[in-house]
Amino acid sequence: MVPEVYLDNSATTRVRPEVVQAMVVVMRENYGNPSSSYRRGQAAEQAVKKARCQVAHVFRAEPKEIYFTSGGTESNNWALLGAARARSRRGKHLVTTQVEHPSVLEVFRSLEEQGFTVTYLPVDEYGIIDKEALAASLTPETILVSTMYVNNEVGSIMPLADIARLLKHKAPQALWHVDAVQGFAKLPLFPHDLGIDLVSLSGHKIQGPKGIGALFIRQGLQIPPLILGGGQEKGLRSGTENVPGIVGLGLAAALLWEEREQAAAHMATMKRRLRERVLAEIPDAHANGPQDDTGAPHILSLSFPGVKGEVLLHALEDKGILVSTGSACSSHRAANSHVLTAMKLPPALVEGALRFSLSPDNTLEEIDYTVDCLQEIVPELRRIMALNR
Amino acid sequence: MVLATEVVDELYRIRSERGKGFMRRVYLDHAATTAVHPQVLQTMLPYLQDQFGNPSSIYSWGREAKAAIENARAQVAALINADPAEIIFTGSGTEADNTALVGVASALGHKGRHIITSKIEHHAILHTAEDLEQKGFQVTYLPVDGDGLVDPEDLKKALTPETILVSIMFANNEIGTIEPIGQLAQIAKEHGVLFHTDAVQAVGNVPVDVKELGVDLLSLSGHKIYAPKGVGALYVRRGTKIKPFIHGGAQERKFRAGTENVPGIVGLGKAAELARLELPERRAHLIELRDYLIEGVLGSIDHVRLNGHRTCRLPGNANFSFEFVEGESLLLSLDLAGIAASSGSACTSGSLEPSHVLLAIGLPHEIAHGSLRLTLGRENTKEDIDYVLSVLPDIVNRLRAMSPLAPKGGLSCV
Repeated sequence: MVPEVYLDNSATTRVRPEVVQAMVVVMRENYGNPSSSYRRGQAAEQAVKKARCQVAHVFRAEPKEIYFTSGGTESNNWALLGAARARSRRGKHLVTTQVEHPSVLEVFRSLEEQGFTVTYLPVDEYGIIDKEALAASLTPETILVSTMYVNNEVGSIMPLADIARLLKHKAPQALWHVDAVQGFAKLPLFPHDLGIDLVSLSGHKIQGPKGIGALFIRQGLQIPPLILGGGQEKGLRSGTENVPGIVGLGLAAALLWEEREQAAAHMATMKRRLRERVLAEIPDAHANGPQDDTGAPHILSLSFPGVKGEVLLHALEDKGILVSTGSACSSHRAANSHVLTAMKLPPALVEGALRFSLSPDNTLEEIDYTVDCLQEIVPELRRIMALNR
Repeated sequence: MVLATEVVDELYRIRSERGKGFMRRVYLDHAATTAVHPQVLQTMLPYLQDQFGNPSSIYSWGREAKAAIENARAQVAALINADPAEIIFTGSGTEADNTALVGVASALGHKGRHIITSKIEHHAILHTAEDLEQKGFQVTYLPVDGDGLVDPEDLKKALTPETILVSIMFANNEIGTIEPIGQLAQIAKEHGVLFHTDAVQAVGNVPVDVKELGVDLLSLSGHKIYAPKGVGALYVRRGTKIKPFIHGGAQERKFRAGTENVPGIVGLGKAAELARLELPERRAHLIELRDYLIEGVLGSIDHVRLNGHRTCRLPGNANFSFEFVEGESLLLSLDLAGIAASSGSACTSGSLEPSHVLLAIGLPHEIAHGSLRLTLGRENTKEDIDYVLSVLPDIVNRLRAMSPLAPKGGLSCV
């Protein structure tokens, strides 16, 4: 029997059984509308309040700074459109990086259509933001800077403390948004310590459900809502609250945060084994992004020149191993990864790239099985590719 | 106005007199939200557990998730006689409404900057329209008559060469009045103007056929039809000019970015299928209970009026105004008697403002304050209604007896 080895946890994760349990209880028993004044509605409101505290705790923030959304994408859309709109009278210049998620990049493109100017900062070969370029880009006209925390394709961790210092000196007027979808609850991020104004996160990347996310909005900052209507979430995000989703997100965040140290250590061990064995045992294999243990513990991008990533992906799938070529969101597009391209990787490495992303549930045995399969598959595919040429 | 604490004390007294702690619980707020149908939950469970793949992933788990979404799309399409390709999943009915208005305004803003809606829309429409006004659009808010109906003649008069969109709700969430959507959509079509309807309250309760109605856009929500919260859909007739509202990945054929809420979507699909199969029975059941409730209330309590149209009305909706009674006290009293109801829409029940819908149908402020919405659902029974009819007159009489607004010497019915 083919085993199941799920190594695509940056695309989405399996919901923890206890989270499923909590959500099912909410769906079965506690179906009030949090806006309703009777007791059933109030029970729903209490459940939402608890989840808000759980998320806030991870940020060392206040519960009132957490707003629930339908996902990381909505959070990013809201943060960027809202911040740009809130500050548009003070300036029209926006800054982000070339390696952001499409839900950030596409919003900046639509802001460009609305008359804003956007600087897309380059990154180095490890996928880390170019700090000099950032410093040079900031002007008194800059009203918004958006930098991700952990890159979803290569696992590079952006130097947020350095960025914080630069922004404080060179553009104190600018709002700062961080897309923390890949880092939230896995790695520490305390927005108040760094002076971050807005942070996006998502439920389904942390063993919580799909269809739920949140936006941290620093207390005192006012941005207009994206979705208008009944005035839920203190008038800032309308639509009946997704109570089971919110409960699931809160619990998943609390559980992962509690276990983060063991989880990170375990994932780092697996990542190291995967990288070291692949580099040692598969000729010409290349690890993209951070080369040592400075990257996120759960994401590893590997390239196998001479093999097309997609072909290798399906060959691994036949062995029960699930990985992705880049981010799931863009994997339907024929275009090559914008992240690897921004890192100026040679075409052979871009074409032969695969992303392995871990969860605390993965095991070293699964990693060894994966390397064994790669050892078997990669030379074979290379032979076939060479013959076809 | 009666102080809430007095009411609470009074009702605790009544309850302790009745003793024994057992209380019947009757949920009559299905227009606010519904319990997830057991079969819907059952259908969702695999996608909350083992089948958790990301639909954008190209391996089999992703393709299976994608197939589940496409199946749900076909189920939702079948409920409203659309083509599956015309259904876009969203995070809620509210988002669907926002998408319709903002999306059309962005796509057609260069052609004209006038939008027509009504005074009794849900706030998801009204606040979005107000926001568009701030962005330079002109919005006409059509009035309604005493029953809450939009007059098609008013729509004809309001249309200008600048008009790009008409958005009129299918059925009102507070008073249940069903608008003449087919007629209104026809008028818009004759003028070459897009027509959107917020059908969040109608879908699953009355037959909705987008082709027969001739609408271009239609919003619906999961948690009003026994699917979970956090999922909705927008019908977009093929060829309709509209821009995306949430940008990012290429999901929903590049129209709505964000990893799909697979369990939620699967739940909405199943709920739509159940609604389609059970619609005739559900509707008949609700109409029977509703009429029994309306007759019972009107027959046993004086100084009460039924708000909304008597027959052009959602099967499960009853909305009453009780003179000399404050709505919030009434709700609290009913809650203590185990009955969950609302004064207006759930979204605004925390506010002390009288309902914009009740004001639009011409109710004076003081009467609009004393309104009660009871909305029925599939699990309600005749016994539930009997229970309401057994406690409501007493509650109303007690509140009136405490009210400084009631005429001295009491009302004839007390």
